[in-house]
Amino acid sequence: MSGHATYQPQSPFMKWMERRLPIASLVYSSFIAYPTPRNLNYWWTFGGILTFMLGVQILTGVVLAMHYTPHVDYAFNSVEGIMRDVNYGWLLRYMHANGAAFFFVAVYAHIARGMYYGSYKEPREVLWILGVILFLLMVATGFMGYVLPWGQMSFWAATVITNLFSAIPAVGNSIVTWLWGGYAVGNPTLNRFYSLHYLLPFVIAGVVVLHIWALHMVGQNNPTGVEPKTEKDTVAFTPYATVKDAFFVGLFCLVFAYFIFYIPNYLGHSDNYIPANPSQTPTHIVPEWYYLPFYAILRGIPSKLLGVTALAGSIVVLAFLPWLDTSPVRSANYRPLYRQFLFIFFACVIGLGYLGSQEPTGGYVIAARILTAYYFAFFFIILPLLGLFETTKPLPNSISESVLREGVPIGASAPPPGGRG
Amino acid sequence: MKIRHSIILGLTLATALTAGATLAAAQEADAPPRQHWSFSGPFGTYDPAQLQRGFKIYREVCSNCHSLKLLSFRNLADPDGPAFTEAQAAAIAATFQVTDGPNDQGQMFQRPGKISDTFPPPFPNDQAARAALGGKLPPDMSDLAKARSYEWGFPWFVIDAFTMYQEDGPDYIHAILNGYTDPPAGFALPPGGQYNKYFPGHAIGMPKPLSDGQVEYTDGTATTVDQYGRDVAAFLMWAAEPKLDARKRLGFQVMIFLIVFSGLLYFTKKKVWYAVLHDPELEKPRAPTEYKS
Repeated sequence: MSGHATYQPQSPFMKWMERRLPIASLVYSSFIAYPTPRNLNYWWTFGGILTFMLGVQILTGVVLAMHYTPHVDYAFNSVEGIMRDVNYGWLLRYMHANGAAFFFVAVYAHIARGMYYGSYKEPREVLWILGVILFLLMVATGFMGYVLPWGQMSFWAATVITNLFSAIPAVGNSIVTWLWGGYAVGNPTLNRFYSLHYLLPFVIAGVVVLHIWALHMVGQNNPTGVEPKTEKDTVAFTPYATVKDAFFVGLFCLVFAYFIFYIPNYLGHSDNYIPANPSQTPTHIVPEWYYLPFYAILRGIPSKLLGVTALAGSIVVLAFLPWLDTSPVRSANYRPLYRQFLFIFFACVIGLGYLGSQEPTGGYVIAARILTAYYFAFFFIILPLLGLFETTKPLPNSISESVLREGVPIGASAPPPGGRG
Repeated sequence: MKIRHSIILGLTLATALTAGATLAAAQEADAPPRQHWSFSGPFGTYDPAQLQRGFKIYREVCSNCHSLKLLSFRNLADPDGPAFTEAQAAAIAATFQVTDGPNDQGQMFQRPGKISDTFPPPFPNDQAARAALGGKLPPDMSDLAKARSYEWGFPWFVIDAFTMYQEDGPDYIHAILNGYTDPPAGFALPPGGQYNKYFPGHAIGMPKPLSDGQVEYTDGTATTVDQYGRDVAAFLMWAAEPKLDARKRLGFQVMIFLIVFSGLLYFTKKKVWYAVLHDPELEKPRAPTEYKS
């Protein structure tokens, strides 16, 4: 590693500052000298991409809020005013709408990476749970944001999703009335969604700070799942991770820009260009693509209460992943069976996403039920049992050893699983 | 090898699912034929002459029933749109009567339209429109080209992302205007309905609005329903997405910038990491005992 491990203030001002508010040394130790495993692949850049996307969403959102009117009679037209008459309003709005989708692209890649490399395992459980909380907050923020343009899909998505709470026995209907602020989705609903949609991103930013703090306590996982042991196993965050993240943010923006400028309405639904009409239900009510797998789980189950429980459970179960997975080996690279089941799990989530976009009839419902069964079996049956029966491949002794070129003798295999290795 | 198995499994599953989807889609309205549009693709722009023709059709035909509430007369002078001169736009505005007021006497009054006015709707309110048109409300046309689409299903929704297909709205509008046929034998048409093979459910409330030669063109363009449909659909696409030209122009600049910038970052990354990846210490074979756990 180059440079100092700790921050050494040079100028008199920074020395003065350091004794009063050591912010420079916090930044230095967290984002410059911070050691990151040398073998991180590009799947590890999605954390940086997510931070970048949160910034994009907050910046575009704050400006959009300056031109938006949260009222049932004006919301649709104020969004159209942004698209037509605000300078570069079309750009801000398309960035914000597609930005939400790309935020979810990044978070799904980030979660998939965590699942593949076992990033949730000891000692990273709290880090992982904070991540699940962030995902839940994103889901809530995204949903409320989708309601704000007050098109047909906005209105009916709000109606369908808030109605889910009516499945709760005894108090369900009272909760729904309380959420609506009335006896139907209306102006009070729109107002509170707007208020919360503005609030939650800052809550997300706060939890992101905790998430990064927890990350810096335990250090990053890496593709081998073997903790760094010597200085040779790590490189400094800056410039190594920074430049790698920056490069991938650039590539990510390229795809993001392609959607904004060339197919801005590809991910949206045409019905949301029709103003909300409480007396006319759209033919198909479909959520945004990033909720489709969960929507398929909800609709696949005939009982409303069970469906809602399964919907909530499908996300909440992620928080228990560190304890459901009983294997001490982190990375799927050394777990041949887990790797198989995990890829089937990913295919199953994509399949559920497709089913969520289709009408819930006949074969689709049956397919959705089969995939839902696998979704939960993966967590509650496959993962606990795999840890007990799976024969894992030998782990490398260290990260440096794993990056040695082929042909170089590797030496003895790893110690038996169970330790922090 | 094992990944390949999973992929094959996934693909088989996907194929089985889509087979069902195709079957379901076959029972709905016909797929609108895809037209060639001047504004499709990465460098597509609106054709002002076509938008002016389309506006003529809107004005002479559509505007009798359909409002265009989100547009102002000033938009007609948009150089990325119909590109009328400001004087022409003002002259067009002046041919419309607009309700204004209240004046000093507290009365609402009619006056000729100004360039800053929005297009006045054909009916004072939705109820009046319904009353005059047999109970059906003609949709506002401002966003119509973005508010209509056709579900092409798999694999089209994947292909369309790469071919930048965003013209399902205008394709649908063109198809509807050309889709009036006699109902097939045994089709029970509800009273007041017209048969249209591209309309979901086939029974459309709107009577066939255009026929050959109905609107006069001065530039020698063919006066067929097919051409009318294309022109008015292009006009409505512009009405719904007036910033399309600007968007694609800026998009090209942004893409060039991002490609160059990412390329520079790639080479920076390579240079920064070179020393780490070619560390002489790592090239030396070492016994595993050198590492402490």
